[in-house]
Amino acid sequence: MAKAGFWNQAFHLYYDGFRSMTLGKTLWAVILIKLFIIFAVLKLFFFPNFLSSHADKGHESDYVATELTNRSLNQ
Amino acid sequence: MQNILLAIDAGTIDWSRAQFALTAIYHWLFVPLTLGLALIMGICETIYYRKRKAGAEATVVEFWKETSKFWQRLFGVNFAMGVATGIILEFEFGTNWSNYSWLVGDIFGAPLAVEGIVAFFMESTFVAVMFFGWKKVSAGFHLASTWLTGLGATLSAWWILVANAWMQCPVGCEFNPDTMRNEMTSFLDVALSPSAVDKFCHTVISAWIIGAVFVVAVSCWYLLKKRHTQLATESLKIGSVVGIVAALGAAMTGHISGQDVAKTQPMKLAAMEALYNGGTEQSLTMVALVSPFGQPDYQSGQEPPLRIGIPYFLSLMATNTLDGYVPGINDILNGYTRPDGTREPSAQEKIERGRMAIAALQAYRLAKADKNDSLAQAQLKTFRDNEQYFGYGYVKDKAQLVPNVPINFWAFRTMVGVGCLLILFFAIVAILAFRIPLLSVLTRRLMAALGILPETEADVHGATKLPCWLYWAAIVMVPLSYIASESGWLVAEFGRQPWTIQDMLPTWAAVSDLQSGSVAFTFFLFLILFTAMLAVEISIMLKQIKKGPEL
Repeated sequence: MAKAGFWNQAFHLYYDGFRSMTLGKTLWAVILIKLFIIFAVLKLFFFPNFLSSHADKGHESDYVATELTNRSLNQ
Repeated sequence: MQNILLAIDAGTIDWSRAQFALTAIYHWLFVPLTLGLALIMGICETIYYRKRKAGAEATVVEFWKETSKFWQRLFGVNFAMGVATGIILEFEFGTNWSNYSWLVGDIFGAPLAVEGIVAFFMESTFVAVMFFGWKKVSAGFHLASTWLTGLGATLSAWWILVANAWMQCPVGCEFNPDTMRNEMTSFLDVALSPSAVDKFCHTVISAWIIGAVFVVAVSCWYLLKKRHTQLATESLKIGSVVGIVAALGAAMTGHISGQDVAKTQPMKLAAMEALYNGGTEQSLTMVALVSPFGQPDYQSGQEPPLRIGIPYFLSLMATNTLDGYVPGINDILNGYTRPDGTREPSAQEKIERGRMAIAALQAYRLAKADKNDSLAQAQLKTFRDNEQYFGYGYVKDKAQLVPNVPINFWAFRTMVGVGCLLILFFAIVAILAFRIPLLSVLTRRLMAALGILPETEADVHGATKLPCWLYWAAIVMVPLSYIASESGWLVAEFGRQPWTIQDMLPTWAAVSDLQSGSVAFTFFLFLILFTAMLAVEISIMLKQIKKGPEL
């Protein structure tokens, strides 16, 4: 019972809290728009994982080793 | 960027650095205010809790409750605007700095994972209780949630600063030439290195200053407008005490941080001081004519023109002794002997040993691929013998090892200068706001003598108001303190150049082989995006300040 009471209270904390938000609604709107831009636009279209697209899977260390040794002056 | 032999676009390095700096500077607009306001709203709510428990008048209890809620509301605005701005830095690691990311993956993985878990669970739980729980949980639990929200944010900062400190002074790791990664050998060495502890203390305490300045400025604005005067007066007192303690604390931790820099990054200290030729009994430069345009002629060894220094202070700051030895830029480039008799090799020696390390690494990997174990072991030994100077193998000209002197010199002076101004400012505000006997009269008499306060009996004895110019000064302090805070980061990051990881990986080896045009495009995309987001934040914040508390 005590456990159920805790989860019930926790649920209502969030439920009532979200329902009674005023300024919070604006802030959440800003957060969601920002997260959409960051993950659905920036990450997807502008920030691919460079190594994933340039090195074979499992051979990233070989790619980095080649890059690092070739960039030194004594090559 | 003549040091790149392969077809790495020279602009890629500069644009990647500029983009990272832009993102980090933007991110750092939110973090210090979050940390600073967390402390102040915690103090306000503690007062509310204690008044409530002591059975104070209902109006007094209600006043402190609303004061706490007001600062929590402004904290919420800033917190919401700062959410996820740091994630963009991680995107940039993976795209623009892939070699660096691979090399540090094992070291950064643990701290950043801990940061993510702590930030998510602590902040999402306790922020919710703080904002939604006023009528749902007990006063004690609510108070604990408010403090834990601040603690969660501070712990998040800890792990990020641990990662940054490791870049300044890599410890607790070993480079694995098979995986090409630095692998953690001691979590505690990484998490509790002196650099990490110093950086954490100095950074978090300086963030409290930002919070204090913000609270004092908002309070002063209300006093100017003659609105919410009780909240403003009480908040002013809290802000001024937090401010003076934090400003003095930042000076003290800054001194400790300076000593750490002297040990681990002497070139950074030399650049900060425009110290070309070092020695014992070094004076601290207060000001000098270091041209902000271009690198000075440090090779001549002549000190900057119009230099005014405090005798012995640099030696004292760096070594805690008046006659301590502090190397200058030329000493570091040419090699020098420390007071204990050990010798720091010249840049040329380090470059040669770095090239040997890189050649041995390549030969080791080839021997391993050919299954020639004896050759592999011999090359591995050569690599380990010279590994300490690995990064120097990428350096063509020793001049590349000198960070931008003007930026370091002026950014350091901006940070320290504004820091000193803030100590004075908070001291005056605290003395006058608390009407400390004798001191407040003395301060008012001094200000009257300087002509910045009318000298009448009512103004000096029994005066209650702060002078109007002090209200405006408080508002001006907000951008100034941000400039000082960002300047601190400029010193930390520009002073480390050319390294992404000190002595291990210069920027031109760390960067991905991208087209500069694509990085430049995302730089301007960020500039537009960040400017828009900042405008939205400032607009919402100002609206909430104008609205005021719901008393």
